[in-house]
Amino acid sequence: MSLEATLLALIVFGGTAGELCITRAMKVVGEVHDFRPVALVGVFARAMRIPWMLLGLSLMGIGFFAMLAMFSLENVSFVVPFTALTFAAGAYGGSLFLGERVTPLRWAGIILVCLGVLLVVQGKG
Amino acid sequence: MKSSEGLHLKTYCLLFLMVTFGPVGDILLGKGMKMVGVPLAWTPNEIFHFFLRAFSSPTVWLGIGSLLTYLICYTLVLSWADFSYVQPASAIAYAIVALLGHFWLHEYVSPRRWLGIAIICFGVLLVGNTAFRTTEHH
Repeated sequence: MSLEATLLALIVFGGTAGELCITRAMKVVGEVHDFRPVALVGVFARAMRIPWMLLGLSLMGIGFFAMLAMFSLENVSFVVPFTALTFAAGAYGGSLFLGERVTPLRWAGIILVCLGVLLVVQGKG
Repeated sequence: MKSSEGLHLKTYCLLFLMVTFGPVGDILLGKGMKMVGVPLAWTPNEIFHFFLRAFSSPTVWLGIGSLLTYLICYTLVLSWADFSYVQPASAIAYAIVALLGHFWLHEYVSPRRWLGIAIICFGVLLVGNTAFRTTEHH
C-alpha cells in the first residue's frame, strides 16, 4: 500500500474509529440531564476516566496528523473529498461497533449526504 | 413537557449549536492564522514567536472557543443519540457555510455546489426522519 493510500485510510478509518470510541465512552457515562457548567465538568471528568475516551482521542489525533501529512503530499482539493467517506464509515461502524439500527431510510440519507458533500467540496472555487 | 419532547428539544438544540459553532470556529481560526502569517524560519525561536503571535490574536482565541463549544456539544449529544444519526445530521454545516458565503460574503457558489447543498439538505432530512436513538437506554 502506498504512503498516500495509508494516510487516506488513517484519515477516514482512524478519525471515524476515534469518534466511535468517544461515542462508546459517552454511552458508558450515560445521558446528560444537567447542563450547568459544574455538572458538565463532572461529566467530562468521568468520561476521561473511561479507556474508550482515551483511545478515541488518540485515534482522532492520528487521523488529524495523517490529514496534516497528506496536505503536505497532495492538494487540499484531492484530500478533502475523501472525508465524505467518513459518513458511510461512521454508519457502518455505528451498526457494527455500537449496535445502532441503521434503517434503509437512514442509509439513503447518509449516501445522499456523502454525495452532496463530494459535490460541495468539488464545486468550490 | 413530556420526556420524549424534552429529549427531542435538547437533541435539536445541541445539533443547532454544533452546526453554528463548528463552521464559525473554522472561519475564525482560518482568518486569525492568516493574520498571524507564516514563520519566517523554522528555528525554535521563530516557531516560539509564531505561536506567541497566534495566541495573542483575539480572532484565534474566538476560533478556539467556538471549536471547543462545538466539541463539547458533539460529545454531550452522543451521550444519548446515535452516532449514525448525529454525524450525518451535522453535515448540514457544509450547506450553512456555503449559504453564509453566498449571502453574507457575496461569494460565488457554482451550480455544482448548489446541487451538493440541495442533496445534503435532502439527505439530512431523511436521516432526521429516523429515530435518533436505536440502542438500549439504561
